[in-house]
Amino acid sequence: MTDERLQQVSKFRRALIRPELGATAGAILVFGFFLVIAGNSGMFALQGIENWTVVSAQFAVIAVGACLLMIAGEFDLSVGSMIGFAGTIIAILSVQLGWPVWLAIISSFAICIAIGALNGFLVIRTGLPSFIVTLASLYILRGLTIWLSIRTTRQTIIGGVKEAAAGDWLAPVFGGKILTGLFTWMGQHGWIATFAQGPKAGQPVVAGVSMLVVWALALIVFGHVLLTRTKFGNWIFAAGGDAQAARYVGVPVNRVKVLMFMFTAFCACVFATCQVMEFGSAAADRGLLKEFEAIICVVIGGALLTGGYGSVIGAALGALIFGVVQQGLFFSGAESSLFRVFLGTILILAVILNTYIRRMITGER
Amino acid sequence: MSASDNAPIIEMVDIRKQFGPVIALNGVSFDVRPGECHCLLGDNGAGKSTFIKTMAGVHKPTSGEIRFLGQPMSFASPRDSMEAGIATVYQDLAMIPLMSVARNFWMGREPQRRVGPLRFMDMKQANEVTMAEMRRMGINLREPGQAVGTLSGGERQTVAIARAVYFGAKVLILDEPTSALGVRQTANVLATIDKVRKNGIGVVFITHNVRHALAVGDRFTVLNRGRTLGTAVRGQITPEELQDLMAGGQELAALEGSLGGTV
Repeated sequence: MTDERLQQVSKFRRALIRPELGATAGAILVFGFFLVIAGNSGMFALQGIENWTVVSAQFAVIAVGACLLMIAGEFDLSVGSMIGFAGTIIAILSVQLGWPVWLAIISSFAICIAIGALNGFLVIRTGLPSFIVTLASLYILRGLTIWLSIRTTRQTIIGGVKEAAAGDWLAPVFGGKILTGLFTWMGQHGWIATFAQGPKAGQPVVAGVSMLVVWALALIVFGHVLLTRTKFGNWIFAAGGDAQAARYVGVPVNRVKVLMFMFTAFCACVFATCQVMEFGSAAADRGLLKEFEAIICVVIGGALLTGGYGSVIGAALGALIFGVVQQGLFFSGAESSLFRVFLGTILILAVILNTYIRRMITGER
Repeated sequence: MSASDNAPIIEMVDIRKQFGPVIALNGVSFDVRPGECHCLLGDNGAGKSTFIKTMAGVHKPTSGEIRFLGQPMSFASPRDSMEAGIATVYQDLAMIPLMSVARNFWMGREPQRRVGPLRFMDMKQANEVTMAEMRRMGINLREPGQAVGTLSGGERQTVAIARAVYFGAKVLILDEPTSALGVRQTANVLATIDKVRKNGIGVVFITHNVRHALAVGDRFTVLNRGRTLGTAVRGQITPEELQDLMAGGQELAALEGSLGGTV
């Protein structure tokens, strides 16, 4: 029953036509653009690279969670509020209540993941769109965060976490840097820039790779392998593709969705903890609009808003595009408001290209 | 064929099903034997869907007995009946178009391979088996990673049937597999039903198209307003008689006059 109307598809075309194609093309375009307009601004010197890598890594951490959840057919609009909430919880527990920082971090993770589970549970039980349920959590969590913060400290910014975290064993896992030895060694050999004067004279300007970047890479690899190489990954696709059809063949759709809500909350908490450890403070307004930025990364990465289709690698490239554009406009000295214009343009172009690619792959019409 | 071969795999005896005040099934008896295609015919609202959902374990009958391989059986869930070997291919819910053929084929029963303490989905095995099973059913896939959305409606039904057969179905319930298909695709699905039957699987073929039923059916049972109007064996009934039974007799006789026997 070979259909003579089906053209043979070349290997090259097959390798090219992937869900990540739009994001890959976008990334190449963006890098090319900034190499031309900001090539000698220091953006592609080590310090510049560190700058946009960290920003991209921030986006990537929450994009991985949002990506898997979206493929499973749901949204979480409470990610941004969750970031502010998680950070404030860590600061209140460690600074105000004097708990050890590791315990504060673990507690914050536990609370956030529980809230994620509650989000998922509500969506499953009520059958309401997750858009509405998590929109409610967005307001509830943000309000709760500000109230908790003012209630305990009379202000919305809680400092002193850095001091509290000194000597803690878990804090460096989020706020530390790795490969510092290598960077120092490279500095000593004059391969990378070092401070010429001041208290840090002789030390490399870029001291190492932030743990945030390590977390981002680890989450990307984990998410990608989970999605494409495991049984559970197949269930994620199935839950978002057609929940009823999946249930008929025995896929535990509800469990998959609730777990993905929990994973999204986990990612938000990683983001928050890294930020708190880096800044040494928590603020109740942190993470504003992050939920939309995560969704934008995921959509640039080729995922279908209605679920059942997408790629973690694509979402990671979306995060990279996002970070490079945001920081690149800064390096090139452009008006910062242009960032949004540029971003909106990339979003629409990527989505158009992605829709076209997806139709080729899935035969949608 | 010996007598034991001919014993029914599943027997539904005097099944009644009520939804509140509504009587959906009012004493339906039906059985399927290995290697036969038993057609269940009926007009819209006759109770076909309720009946097969009862057989598939989605609904529990209000009264009546279900016997599976001679033993009284009560299925608590679709999963239960699936485990027992009753596979249902629903008209629209068979496949997920965005996912690849291989991923659809193994959905819910993914093969795994261990790497140290981790377990991964064995894509190599999944792909190979999918390709082989599809070839057996007469579909040459370009590649196992091809999305189901690129297949025709008939091919999708065939993938769903192949999946059920591969996973050891003894009874295959097909819910109007041909109702949305063109002529050629219908022929393909009917040919697939014939192949499956020759493997000794009992096929329950739900349709309201008499010609499709007569093309592959061994026995025909007509449902009308929640009751069985009798079971006929192939060769003992004409298309016209079947058509009449489905429509409940009288109304269609009048209709047919005005339409010149084209229905």
